Amino acid sequence: MAQVEFTPHLARYFPALRGAAVEARNVAEMMVALEHAHPGLAAYLVDERGRLRQHVNVFVDGRPVRDREQLLDALAAGSRVYVAQALSGG
Amino acid sequence: MAKKHGPRLLLGTRKGVFTFTRKKKGWKLRHHAHPGNPIPYAFGDARTGSTWCSIDHGHWGQKLSRSRDGGETFEPVDEPKYPADAETKPGKAAVLRYLWCLAPGHASEPGTLYVGTEPGALFVTRDDGASFELVSGLWNHPSRHDWMGGGRDDPGIHSILVDPRDRSRVLVAISSAGVFETRDGGASWKPRNEGLENTYLPDPRAEIGHDPHFVQWCARKPDVVWQQNHCGIWRSTDGALTWKPIHQKTGKAKFGFPIAADPEDAKTAWIVPAHSDQQRMAVGGALVVMRTEDGGRSWKELGKGLPNENAHDIVYRHALDLRGDDLAFGSTTGNVYWSENRGDSWHVLGQNFPPVYSVRFAE
Repeated sequence: MAQVEFTPHLARYFPALRGAAVEARNVAEMMVALEHAHPGLAAYLVDERGRLRQHVNVFVDGRPVRDREQLLDALAAGSRVYVAQALSGG
Repeated sequence: MAKKHGPRLLLGTRKGVFTFTRKKKGWKLRHHAHPGNPIPYAFGDARTGSTWCSIDHGHWGQKLSRSRDGGETFEPVDEPKYPADAETKPGKAAVLRYLWCLAPGHASEPGTLYVGTEPGALFVTRDDGASFELVSGLWNHPSRHDWMGGGRDDPGIHSILVDPRDRSRVLVAISSAGVFETRDGGASWKPRNEGLENTYLPDPRAEIGHDPHFVQWCARKPDVVWQQNHCGIWRSTDGALTWKPIHQKTGKAKFGFPIAADPEDAKTAWIVPAHSDQQRMAVGGALVVMRTEDGGRSWKELGKGLPNENAHDIVYRHALDLRGDDLAFGSTTGNVYWSENRGDSWHVLGQNFPPVYSVRFAE
């Protein structure tokens, strides 16, 4: 199980969203699990081709994912994942 | 019966949807929804009583949202999605980049709504937003690979008009490709750019590649169509088959983004002129609206109540609207003005709004 945490910005659109343990071998599987638990959430994080949105970052154990297209970065048992938005201007 | 919320004025801005309601004298700001989120377009659908808006999240993508209570609270609606095999060009997947405009379908089809997007697509829902489908007849038009972005990376659809006499006839305008028409409900489309002239292509009269900034028609006589174009102002009296220039050679009425057409009087329309595509701001530091009442033969400057110095506003294509004698517009400088006499004089509705992207009257 990987432990996933989210930027508090997402709580505005998904009030029930909390950090959660997710059974997934990679980030793509994590997205499927998150979408199952919070319908509509995946569309905030990836585009309709499944690619990470340009201004969304996912960190696995402190490092930004390398595969933003297919999200095949591996998750280990006990991995800590953080879903963040890039900073932006006014 | 659709729920009526009373006369309203909706602003789509860089920081949310602002809803005014009509008072005996003037308007009162009642709601601010989606605070902080950029709203490319907000409008009220008189057929259903719903208020719709698009959202251009900086991070989370393009979303649709709907209010059933006149703009106080909104609910998410699944946005249109490009089919898995859709490409903007060979090898480049099409993904939704902008929900530029929404338009009601025919009065007889209250569940039908159109959405114009970037990259240049028209989507339609037949079930009031439960599902959207790409209008493939337009997406597959053989000219599409000649369409260009106009100020945005990809071409986009910003004007959608459904003929009140015939629901199978729809006009759209694409920046930069031009005006297209279907007469069979979207199955087949033809470019309608005869008579337009551009100043930026090798062939000024090319069939494809024009940049209509906004297209509107006279609702009672939809064969009279107006367009504020990148290169001037044109009017058609034959349903967009042919266009004639009506801009001034030396006056202010030439460049700009929005155009509002009188729904009854086919000879009357309004524009907000701007200084050329090289500057894109009020001409000479004076903010004015211009009106023609003779089909574009002459234009009258309407500036009473508007700043005549130190004004450098630009008014976007969806940010001018008419309802009865009420006329309103908003600028990207956050100024919003309203006229209760068709532009003869103006009142300030606010001068510290976020950049305004759309201004629409609603019921």
